[in-house]
Amino acid sequence: MLTFNLLVAVALVYVAGLFVVAFLAERQAASGHARWLKSPLIYTLSLSIYCTAWTFYGAVGYAARSGLEFVTIYLGPTLVMIGWWAMLRRLVRVGREQRITSIADLISSRFGKSTQLGVIVTLICLVAGTPYVALQLQSVTLSFAIFAQDAGTVWQAGDLNAAAGWVAFGLAVFTVLFGTRNLDANERHHGIVMAIAVEAVVKLVALVAVGVFVVWGIGGGPSTIMQSIEASPIELWDQSGGRWATLIFLSAAAFICLPRMFQVLVVENADERHLRVASWAFPLYLLLMSLFVVPIAVVGLDLLPAGSNPDLFVLTLPLSQGREGLAMLSFLGGFSSATSMVIVATIAMATMVSNNIIVPIWLHRFKQPSAVFSGDVREVILLSRRISIACVLALGFIYYRVSGGGTSLAAIGLVSFAGVVQILPVMLGGLFWRGATRIGAGLGLSIGLTVWLWTLFLPSFGAGAIIPTAVLENGPFGLGWLRPQALFGIEGIDPLIHCVMWSMLLNSLFFVSGSLLSFPLPLERLQGAQFVNVLDRGTSASPWTVADAGAEDLLVMVQRILGSDEAQAIFQKEAERQGKTGYLPEVTTQFIEQLEKRLSGSVGAATAHAMIGQMTGGSGVRVEDLIAVADEAAQILEYSNRLEAKSAEQERTARALRQANEKLKALSIQKDAFLSQISHELRTPMTSIRSFSEILGDTDVAADARERYAQIIQDEAVRLTRLLDDLLDLAVLENGQVTLNKQSGIMRDLIDRAVQASGAQSGDLAVLREPLAEEVPITTDLDRLVQVFINLIANARKYCDRPEPKLRIVVSERDFAYHIDFVDNGSGISPQNQQVIFEKFSRITDQGKAGGAGLGLAICREIMHRLGGDVSYLPGQYGTAFRVVVPKT
Amino acid sequence: MTPPAKAPLFLERVRYRQRRVRDAAKLTPILGMVLLALPLLWSGDETVPESQTLIYVFGVWVGLVVIAATLSHFLREDDDESTLGEKTD
Repeated sequence: MLTFNLLVAVALVYVAGLFVVAFLAERQAASGHARWLKSPLIYTLSLSIYCTAWTFYGAVGYAARSGLEFVTIYLGPTLVMIGWWAMLRRLVRVGREQRITSIADLISSRFGKSTQLGVIVTLICLVAGTPYVALQLQSVTLSFAIFAQDAGTVWQAGDLNAAAGWVAFGLAVFTVLFGTRNLDANERHHGIVMAIAVEAVVKLVALVAVGVFVVWGIGGGPSTIMQSIEASPIELWDQSGGRWATLIFLSAAAFICLPRMFQVLVVENADERHLRVASWAFPLYLLLMSLFVVPIAVVGLDLLPAGSNPDLFVLTLPLSQGREGLAMLSFLGGFSSATSMVIVATIAMATMVSNNIIVPIWLHRFKQPSAVFSGDVREVILLSRRISIACVLALGFIYYRVSGGGTSLAAIGLVSFAGVVQILPVMLGGLFWRGATRIGAGLGLSIGLTVWLWTLFLPSFGAGAIIPTAVLENGPFGLGWLRPQALFGIEGIDPLIHCVMWSMLLNSLFFVSGSLLSFPLPLERLQGAQFVNVLDRGTSASPWTVADAGAEDLLVMVQRILGSDEAQAIFQKEAERQGKTGYLPEVTTQFIEQLEKRLSGSVGAATAHAMIGQMTGGSGVRVEDLIAVADEAAQILEYSNRLEAKSAEQERTARALRQANEKLKALSIQKDAFLSQISHELRTPMTSIRSFSEILGDTDVAADARERYAQIIQDEAVRLTRLLDDLLDLAVLENGQVTLNKQSGIMRDLIDRAVQASGAQSGDLAVLREPLAEEVPITTDLDRLVQVFINLIANARKYCDRPEPKLRIVVSERDFAYHIDFVDNGSGISPQNQQVIFEKFSRITDQGKAGGAGLGLAICREIMHRLGGDVSYLPGQYGTAFRVVVPKT
Repeated sequence: MTPPAKAPLFLERVRYRQRRVRDAAKLTPILGMVLLALPLLWSGDETVPESQTLIYVFGVWVGLVVIAATLSHFLREDDDESTLGEKTD
């Protein structure tokens, strides 16, 4: 005998196993080597949350009541999947390109990131989804009750409620743990996807096992089963046609509109190519799930006592045959179906509620938060998502308590389907028709929701429960044409068909006419084009035309949502891409667009757009910008403009290269000249030293002549030494081996020293100075600075070619530096020579009149660089002018 | 960036075949709808046993899975698929 406690123990072990699977999958994904987690097989299995407990238990009950009609629920999705190329591919692509987080986000994003539309869709999903969650709780509870009954205890309402409460609580814990790990709803929930994939296998195996047992174990093989199907009281095929077609349409539409299906189909999709496998594998899964439904129903009706609930045949049939192991497997299958659906549906609805309702309200109320710190919005969103999960489950539980778990499973499922299908016209319109507008979508959705509530949802509680019986029969206020189940006075239609037909017709009518009559906002048109043309590559206009937000402000905002690490990583990456170092990239429109999409993945399109809008001044895109981008002529024009810009840039580069080349050539010539010059410079003194020392070697030299010759030898040696000193000095400076001796002094004293030392006072050069401006303190290597001054003054003395040479020394003060200009009244230096005068060995005149080797200015420049300043030629001063820039300290 | 090129009006054999595979993929759901609607025409006819309808529906289902599997094997994404391109054949 299978004890009830054993069953509870097995269920707990199974749940613990799921926790472990989810945990391991999360860890594998985090460590990066989990390619199999992203395989098409896992994707296909995750789609199986379409088969809820409603399928697992309810399909058999459905078949027992209405025959073959149950397959319509699985034929609809089959048709959608095999037609993936036309529709799903587009949907998945849009979902990825726009970083869509939920179906409400999709609608909101398509119609100009409208918050209001997001709220309407969220409400529809919530109202339609809650009964569905309640249904799952009910089925799990009922299956527990069956085992309790089998073990000898009959459960009372209190036990059922307690069980439902515990199941809801456990599911909430699981979903919060694995469903709100990361904020980005666009990132995969690997743990949850893996867990539901395992559950998908369990429920398929369980149902097939029961089926095989029924067909071969009890039924006596396929042919016998076929005979009993013929003989059974079930009316397999009693179709008027209307219901058959309506139900196929309904299930096909619900397949893409249900929030949980949207979550696994689009949001959790890791790779578009997975659709390729799922397109046939998922229909196959559905086929296998449905294959044994009719045999189980037929055999169940045949064997079990009259009046037993056909919704639970999958459990009761093995139990009645004493197959407790099989019953246990079947229980786990049903448990899996219910839990996986609730988990995903809860995540999907919680994301919608938090992104489309709670966060906008929070942001609106706390526009100027008192304390902004990184990650604060992130925490609010995560918390709101967790609370939403708890609320959705609580709602389901309350609905279960209130409804008393009465109505048969299939009925609740179809009511839910008809509710979410109200999103279909707007969704298809948004994907395929650029003319669809926000106003039209809002009208269509509201009308559809109203009609559904009035004609199907409210009456589904039973006559008189919410809508009074009188209203049901005569219409509100006696308006007969508004009777919930006979709108416009057309009676006698099946309530479901009635609701689907009228709600779809009115929904589409208002959606289309509202769209035709209204004029969309620029952002709507932009999004419309991006959605409809999503399969064309490379047509996009940026929703932002101004990029005047500060990079730092943006970083602060992004940090509030994503946390500092992630935000900084994004910014740094962009800065790197732009070739900048640090954390702050240039704020381009593309970067803002990219940021917005990234944020959309976390907080939804509408909120992300509003937040970015606050930063950039909220202007966004204008009609003119759209037209400019859309215009093909403009595109070509822009293309040629870019080409022009590019060729201009190349020209600039070429010019720079040419310039460098000319300089090199000039230097090469200079160097050759210098080499011959320096050989000459060295040889001349050497020659005289040698000849005079030879003369001195002769003994018969007069004493006065000897003295004269010795003097000549000494002079020439000094000249040689000076030349070698210069060369050495330059080499030391260039190698950076020089040590600076910092001192403080007054600029005037330095210039005095320089003027004296350069011999300018001898009268051949008039030095004009401004003593007051020179009265400034300076801290640097004073001796080196004086050396530079001496060189410049001496140059003026040597090269100034005027009969009355004058040198003006002007000191001027800047923020951190002094400028000391040495301007003489000479003829200046020609532009081509200005480039080379500071190079080594360079000399403008090669007559050698100065006796130097062209090293002076090169030494000056090296010294000034060491002092942290510069010396440069100052053009446009009516004479030769040099500017020395020296830092104050 | 490339200048907007005018798509060719006719395609060579491989891409032509690819376009037809895509057409087939888009039309398969319609084929499915038609085939699944067929039993509605039998309802008045008492000579068709109910188990026959069952077998027929599941048979169509299997057929659709096989067609979808075959087509998805031949469908390629890499070919350019802009709407501009869709208008060429």
